[in-house]
Amino acid sequence: MNIKSQKDFVSGIALIVVGGAFAIGATSYSFGTAVRPGPGYFPFGLGIILAILGLIVLFGSLTQGKKNGDPIGAIPWRPLICVVGAIVFFGFFLPKLGFLISFPLMIILTSAGGNEFTWKDAILNAVILTVLSYLIFIYGLQLTIPVWPAR
Amino acid sequence: MDLINNLYIGFQTSLSLINLWYAFLGAMLGTLIGVLPGLGPIATIAMLLPSMYSLEPTSALIMLAGIYYGAQYGGSTTAILINVPGEASSVVTALDGYQMARRGRAGKALATAALSSFFAGTIGTLVVAAFAPPLTALAFEFGAPEYCALMFLGLVGAVVLASGSLAKALAMVILGLLLGQINTDVITAVPRFSFGIAELMDGINFVVIAMGVFSFGEIIANLGKPAEHREIFVKKVTGLMPTKDDLKEATPATIRGTILGCLLGVLPGAGPMLASFSSYSLEKKCSKTPDEFGKGAIQGVAAPEAANNAGAQTSFIPMLTLGIPTSAVMALMIGAMTLMGIQPGPQVMTSNPGLFWGLITSMWVGNVMLVILNLPLIGIWVKLLTVPYRFLFPAIMAFCAIGVYTLSNNTFDVYCAAAFAVVGYLFHKLGFEPAPLILGFILGPMMEENLRRALLMARGDWSVFVTRPIAATMIAVAVVLMVVITLPAISKKREEVFVEEE
Repeated sequence: MNIKSQKDFVSGIALIVVGGAFAIGATSYSFGTAVRPGPGYFPFGLGIILAILGLIVLFGSLTQGKKNGDPIGAIPWRPLICVVGAIVFFGFFLPKLGFLISFPLMIILTSAGGNEFTWKDAILNAVILTVLSYLIFIYGLQLTIPVWPAR
Repeated sequence: MDLINNLYIGFQTSLSLINLWYAFLGAMLGTLIGVLPGLGPIATIAMLLPSMYSLEPTSALIMLAGIYYGAQYGGSTTAILINVPGEASSVVTALDGYQMARRGRAGKALATAALSSFFAGTIGTLVVAAFAPPLTALAFEFGAPEYCALMFLGLVGAVVLASGSLAKALAMVILGLLLGQINTDVITAVPRFSFGIAELMDGINFVVIAMGVFSFGEIIANLGKPAEHREIFVKKVTGLMPTKDDLKEATPATIRGTILGCLLGVLPGAGPMLASFSSYSLEKKCSKTPDEFGKGAIQGVAAPEAANNAGAQTSFIPMLTLGIPTSAVMALMIGAMTLMGIQPGPQVMTSNPGLFWGLITSMWVGNVMLVILNLPLIGIWVKLLTVPYRFLFPAIMAFCAIGVYTLSNNTFDVYCAAAFAVVGYLFHKLGFEPAPLILGFILGPMMEENLRRALLMARGDWSVFVTRPIAATMIAVAVVLMVVITLPAISKKREEVFVEEE
């Protein structure tokens, strides 16, 4: 068997798995009748359709593809980890450490994801953005954001 | 006359000081993000929504609309000056606009784009104002089967007109619909797919998905690529005013583009984009000197700009009259309305005439502002064009992070957004177009409700969708669209169009 499009091969499998999971999950809800469809009716049908589409994509990846095999390519771990990590960090520490500490740290962590990272730029960015965001969101729009660390 | 009376109501709202300010803010912000690299209207709207709770709904929607057409305007500026189309619909503008700029006619190209957009915007606003009431009246005749069929048509249209693989675009819509199923069932009050997590019982907020996929996911994707260094060919823009000859060449093209744009804009999916593509080929066919196209023909700037702006205007028609979004941006507008407690649909016109007509007339006001402000400000935009991405992405992150937290002052939303960031990046990596997902997500619950109501009404008989004439027509159109697009000849042509776009 020859994979002609790596992207579509993985896409197809992912769609089958997700569609299947939704369809199986839907069976735990009442299906209802055709006259009075229950909560499981719609998601079950959609899950099946998604899985079928996955099969089509998977089949396509084995029969037709681009010349070079359409590779997925390397995963840029550094931006992926930095960006996602920064969001999770912010979510976790904002209620504990407050805006003034967690926010600039998040910006620096985010900046570290770029390939042109320098400490000077990152800290400068963090200071400017923290001041700006404080003025706009907390002072200006009066949004409820914990500013100081929780005691 | 009704039309004049309605416009009068509208201008009373849109010309109030506060709404003028928000129209201005929206148009400026839109232009800004259109010009800046790596930030689109979807991400921007998602980013701003949480801060808009406190605004009056009319002002908020006026500002969001401003961002939408402002972004298109900014997108054409980058298309002309640096050959980087900021928005999908300004891809065609880059063809001749950039060539004009290279020949020292950048000012004229920008002015032509601005003026033809303005003309098209004016006509577009009038068309929306004229056609909204009859369509709304028609919408009141719609029952659950018609709504369901219409949404089906909308989704099919969005898929067919999206770029890339058809099966994958369809899969995105279905996935969107499925994500919309994570909620508490409206009819039986059974929580679905919530795994006992209280936050999931209310469903995932669409802002979380939009932000995760379009803002965070895009950032990761952009950082994974080698840094883009933009070069401006034109350092200083001079000679803005078009000559008499320019006007003579551009005017008929503008008019044709406007007509085409008004017609195609109503279509679901990529209305404005489709309009700009087809108007370009129309001009090429009409022209006595087709060889000039691609080498800096002024018609090649005027027509697509007029078409995409007219299309952007008329794409509000289905959203305003039926409450049905035809594109991801419109889906966000619908979401914004719901967030602010306005049930989108045909009743908005009667229950909220100030909002309805105010929004329509504000589009014209916004277009006036864009022309008056942006031509003199072009120097600033030229400078902003080259802001390096390394300063931009932390700022985008910052505003998004605050936005997603303040959505409901809940860290759960933040974690969800982080998960969707990964998902969004996967979409990018595997070649999925994310826009249909948002559309499916917003339409999902509405569609399910109407489908179940229709089946209930018809006692479980699916034939209700083919025995009622309006519903049957819409289903038929959708099926024809699907069949046509899979015909080998057309699908090849479709691929060509989208390859050109990339």
